[in-house]
Amino acid sequence: MSDRQSYITIENLSFYRGERAVFKDLSVSFPRGKVTAIVGPSGTGKTTLLKLIGGQLTPESGTIIVDGNDLQQLSRTAMLELRRESMGMLFQSGALFTDLNVFENVAFPVRTHTDLPESLIRHLVLMKLEAVGLRGTRDLMPAELSGGMARRIALARSIVMDPDLVMYDEPFTGLDPVSLGMIVKLIKSLNEALGLTSLLVTHDIEESCSIADYLCVLSGGKVLAFGEPQELLNSENAEVRQFLRGEPDGPMPFHYPAADYRQDLLQGVD
Amino acid sequence: MLTQLQVLGQKGVRIIESIGRATVLLLNSILWGGPGSAGFKDLVKQIYSVGVQSLVIIIVAGFFVGMVLGLQGYSILVDFGSETALGIMVSLTLLRELGPVVTALLFAGRAGSSLTAEIGLMKATEQLAAMEMMGVDPLKRVITPRLWAGIISMPILAILFSLVGIWGGAFVAIDLVGIDEGAYWGNMQGAVEFYNDVVKGIIKSIVFGVVVTWIAVYQGYSAIPTSEGIGKATTQTVVISSLAVLGLDFVLTAMMLGGL
Amino acid sequence: MKTRFIEMSVGAFMVLGIVALVTMAFRVSGLSGDTFAETYTVKAYFENLGGLTERAKVSLAGVNIGRVKRIYLDKDRYSAVVEMEINKNVDNLSADSSAAIMTAGILGEKYIAISVGAEDEFLQDNDWIDDTQSAVILEELIGRFLYNMSNSND
Repeated sequence: MSDRQSYITIENLSFYRGERAVFKDLSVSFPRGKVTAIVGPSGTGKTTLLKLIGGQLTPESGTIIVDGNDLQQLSRTAMLELRRESMGMLFQSGALFTDLNVFENVAFPVRTHTDLPESLIRHLVLMKLEAVGLRGTRDLMPAELSGGMARRIALARSIVMDPDLVMYDEPFTGLDPVSLGMIVKLIKSLNEALGLTSLLVTHDIEESCSIADYLCVLSGGKVLAFGEPQELLNSENAEVRQFLRGEPDGPMPFHYPAADYRQDLLQGVD
Repeated sequence: MLTQLQVLGQKGVRIIESIGRATVLLLNSILWGGPGSAGFKDLVKQIYSVGVQSLVIIIVAGFFVGMVLGLQGYSILVDFGSETALGIMVSLTLLRELGPVVTALLFAGRAGSSLTAEIGLMKATEQLAAMEMMGVDPLKRVITPRLWAGIISMPILAILFSLVGIWGGAFVAIDLVGIDEGAYWGNMQGAVEFYNDVVKGIIKSIVFGVVVTWIAVYQGYSAIPTSEGIGKATTQTVVISSLAVLGLDFVLTAMMLGGL
Repeated sequence: MKTRFIEMSVGAFMVLGIVALVTMAFRVSGLSGDTFAETYTVKAYFENLGGLTERAKVSLAGVNIGRVKRIYLDKDRYSAVVEMEINKNVDNLSADSSAAIMTAGILGEKYIAISVGAEDEFLQDNDWIDDTQSAVILEELIGRFLYNMSNSND
């Protein structure tokens, strides 16, 4: 993928948690302006990857280039600026500030980083709230919102500064079907309308296949497969097929390693 | 045997590591950020949550402690025929020692544990990470105002404790035991010195304020973000800051009596 | 609404703290307007201080008129020199006044009691009091008592 086409380029990334290698020599590119879903078994480090891209974690080796910026070379202030200008992140729990109401939550990034007058801030916030369909909740406190609503507000907050990249950490988890449908619709339409690059970390194959332009399957610290959803569903790789189709047994075994079944049962009888 | 030593050594290293991290947290929060780091309004809110809401427990405790001092003090002094010194005893004990120390212990239990829980919860619900991702320094925005709130509130609470205690002692001495009002207050005024007793007590309470709030905030910030982790962090705040206060009290008292 | 309550109570809290401090300063520690009054210095020699300390009270007829400012040793005379600060408005101490170290109360806190003499001239700044009486030392008293006892037994 050429540099212009790829928004994020990762080369030979290695990251360790203690002794365990979460990623070893990982290389992948995420295309600009498209929705890419990052899927894989639990614990492969999908969220860790997002944090590495966001600069919250530092890799042991390898390079991460975001929109032409090599994260390793950036100073702390430059990194903060990159985050401010280009990145938005939606956390799994929404992560709204519990001591501020909805309006203040969405206004927070604007107030902290800009000197815009109150009237402009008001316009910005209301516009973003309208985009997620929750303009009427602006005076409520986060504790009064349902899970789905909180997540939509958090989404509004992450796009309020008009970033180029939005990262979603498990946006579909724990939502009822209706809220689920809303979020799915929002992710796709925002991506189109604002020309964003979206990275989705999720377990939900069905939903992600419906909106993602590309799928990235992570397993064992490496990229197992990368391509368009239809392509991957018919992949020759058994592991990829098992995961994408949700088959209970395959390269990822159903049974946890244990002694021979017959022996185990018989031993208890004496 | 060797493995036990190893474990002990590892624990020691880990303790030193956390002290180091805590110090970095403190420096980053206080040196590069004044009380107004998150806005004056936020500072006021923090002082309310940490100081004003501790008022009730401090005043009630102060009153009872003062009364007990009056009672016990009387029973001891009367054997030496020195009951008239009761006012002096109650006031000096409170101003120099009990005021700052007991207030700090109560503060650690009430305000300290709530600070730890609050910050730990913010960490667990990813609010701190969200701030970071927005390019906002969570230290300046969350930690700094709380640190300053603690430093400002502690001396005020300690003085109120001592004052209420002295009145509690007066109540017991004058109304219950029957010591002459003039003897209680007059002798006290003669013996209590503003610089030596009141001011040094305030200095102690400021030091305790820094230490307790610092520990509370660090424990919350570095807590494991699960409900179990937060519970553990809260307990540790109370235990560690209580011990720190008592230990520092000895050091400060020695320094002050030795000749500051 | 809630914010107003919070702001008001914090304001009240701070005010309470300051009031407590001021009360402490004046009612409990006996800081008084006098502490900031103008003073003049009067000095005296004493053979034995007996535990008199700096900042001890100086009183006339039982009324506090000043404080002991400084105590030091005069190496040539082998005596203690006590410098006292007397309130400027107590300017009629006669030049032949006497100073004695007394014990206040049972706890043995020492203070200086000034008794006025008969002269017309008054003590000025940096004058000396000549007539001084050292502290009564308990051990000497007991010693004298025992000595007298054994003497009267002869």
